[in-house]
Amino acid sequence: MSAAKAPSGRPQGAGATRKGVRRGLKGYLERHLQVLIHALGRLSRNPLSTLMTTAVIGIALALPAGLYLVVDHVRDLGGQWRETTRISLFLKQGLADEEARRLAERLAGEAEVEGTEYVSPAQALEEFREFSGFGEVLDALDGNPLPGLITVQPASSLPPEAIQSLLERLRALPEVDIAQLDMEWVRRLHSLVDLVQRGILVIAILLALAVLLIVGNTLRLDIESRREEIVITKLIGATDGFIRRPFLYTGFWYGLGGALVALLLVNLSLVLLQGPVQRLAGLYGSDFRLGFTSPGMVILLLAAGVMLGLAGALLAVGRHLRDIEPE
Amino acid sequence: MILFDKVSKRYPGGQEALSMVSFRLEAGEMAFLTGHSGAGKSSLLKLITLIERASAGQIVVNGHNLTRLGRREIPRLRRNIGIIFQDYRLLHDRTVFDNVALPLIVTGLQRRDVARRVRAALDMVGLLNKEKRYPVTLSGGEQQRVGIARAVVHKPPLLLADEPTGNLDPELSREIMTLFELFNQVGVSVLIASHDLELIGSLPYRVLTLEQGRLIHDGGMVGR
Ligand SMILES: Nc1ncnc2c1ncn2[C@@H]1O[C@H](COP(=O)(O)OP(=O)(O)O)[C@@H](O)[C@H]1O
Ligand SMILES: [Mg+2]
Repeated sequence: MSAAKAPSGRPQGAGATRKGVRRGLKGYLERHLQVLIHALGRLSRNPLSTLMTTAVIGIALALPAGLYLVVDHVRDLGGQWRETTRISLFLKQGLADEEARRLAERLAGEAEVEGTEYVSPAQALEEFREFSGFGEVLDALDGNPLPGLITVQPASSLPPEAIQSLLERLRALPEVDIAQLDMEWVRRLHSLVDLVQRGILVIAILLALAVLLIVGNTLRLDIESRREEIVITKLIGATDGFIRRPFLYTGFWYGLGGALVALLLVNLSLVLLQGPVQRLAGLYGSDFRLGFTSPGMVILLLAAGVMLGLAGALLAVGRHLRDIEPE
Repeated sequence: MILFDKVSKRYPGGQEALSMVSFRLEAGEMAFLTGHSGAGKSSLLKLITLIERASAGQIVVNGHNLTRLGRREIPRLRRNIGIIFQDYRLLHDRTVFDNVALPLIVTGLQRRDVARRVRAALDMVGLLNKEKRYPVTLSGGEQQRVGIARAVVHKPPLLLADEPTGNLDPELSREIMTLFELFNQVGVSVLIASHDLELIGSLPYRVLTLEQGRLIHDGGMVGR
């Protein structure tokens, strides 16, 4: 960029070149910082329109971020409730009690398994007699028709796919007749969450586009209102880069400001939702609570805001600055 | 400093604003460009600063062959020319100081050097005590002097002025001309477009006269 060049004709001894380069770099950064601050100053001179634009960008960024957080929490919730899902292993008829007990113990020792519980055929019959009221019918039967049952509690950290493969493995055990998993609803929840997340991605992309257009249009108006200034600056020998710079930095500030507004909105909503959510969770005996935005989320939002602000500015500047020429 | 060789300019959809104009302005020379309104004075100056491009012919300015100069090289050309306008063209939301500083800022000069040179330029036009004022609070003559300070602050070897006294009364016009003579005396080439024949006639400089786009007179006196 020719604006970074040291002005020609300044006396500079050979020994001073290194120092000159360093001073040139410092001057370069200084100038950029100056333009950056100047752009902020300009924005603050129109507080109302700046605030409105920033708020609109903030809302557009907050929407997908907030939805994403809620869905993420729901997914976690699914994880918590997975503890209640069990694999039921109905054992083969005629398997010795002793053997079944050993199998239950062995399975309980596995890493993927939280714990097991064995219900012998006799116990099962007893329970059935107690709860069903069909005692007489059972008495009439010849022997005990009920199989032994091992209930397996998968480790809580296990994702649904791993639970599925654990199930397949248990089903293949020679002692096992039927293996059943009571987690269809968890799977459904997860695919629903996936679907919703994909939907949020689409919304996020659309809103990102909206932010781009908002910044682009705001800067287009800004450029239009500074037409004379641009023309004069061009006549004086400013490069395109020099003229572009303040607008790019304005886009930067819009993006950053919008991201900060979005963070504020999301966290404010989380605080407002905290009470009701905790009450609801309490009804289900869960200690589920909403957290604030994670550091990763904060960085992501800020980065997204700044990138979109700069991109919107580039868009506007590229489209409109070239058209403004002295005549 | 300026060389025109059979230069013509035709605006889209218009007739020829300049036809086959040839002249040479030496380094350190001062000259007037005159002619009736519509004769092509502004067009000629616009060709020198590449606000417009010639339709035919060759133009060389300060060693730059303008026919071959690309868009990206235009800023470098303009940094070697100080331009003064009839309507001053100052930035109204900036102080006098900031207006004059602009040509230095666009070249990326360091802040302290900027202040020193801006004050030197303001001193030359006699406005050192008005650096914090805004242009609208100044009289026409003062605004034009700000325009001149801005045109010379970066010490360009060539000054162009398009009707610099067009909005000023005779006395102020004389003052402005004296300023141009001052710059010319330190070696700056000066080309001034003006239809104020009285003012031009009172000064001992070369006069180029345009009539309907043709250079009809080139000499030490106003052609009448
Ligand atoms: N941008 C333009 N488009 C079309 N015609 C123009 C344009 N600028 C000037 N002209 C025409 O070119 C001729 C010369 O104009 P100009 O250079 O402004 O003359 P002067 O400055 O001597 O009054 C005039 O006939 C004018 O109408
Ligand atoms: Mg004119």
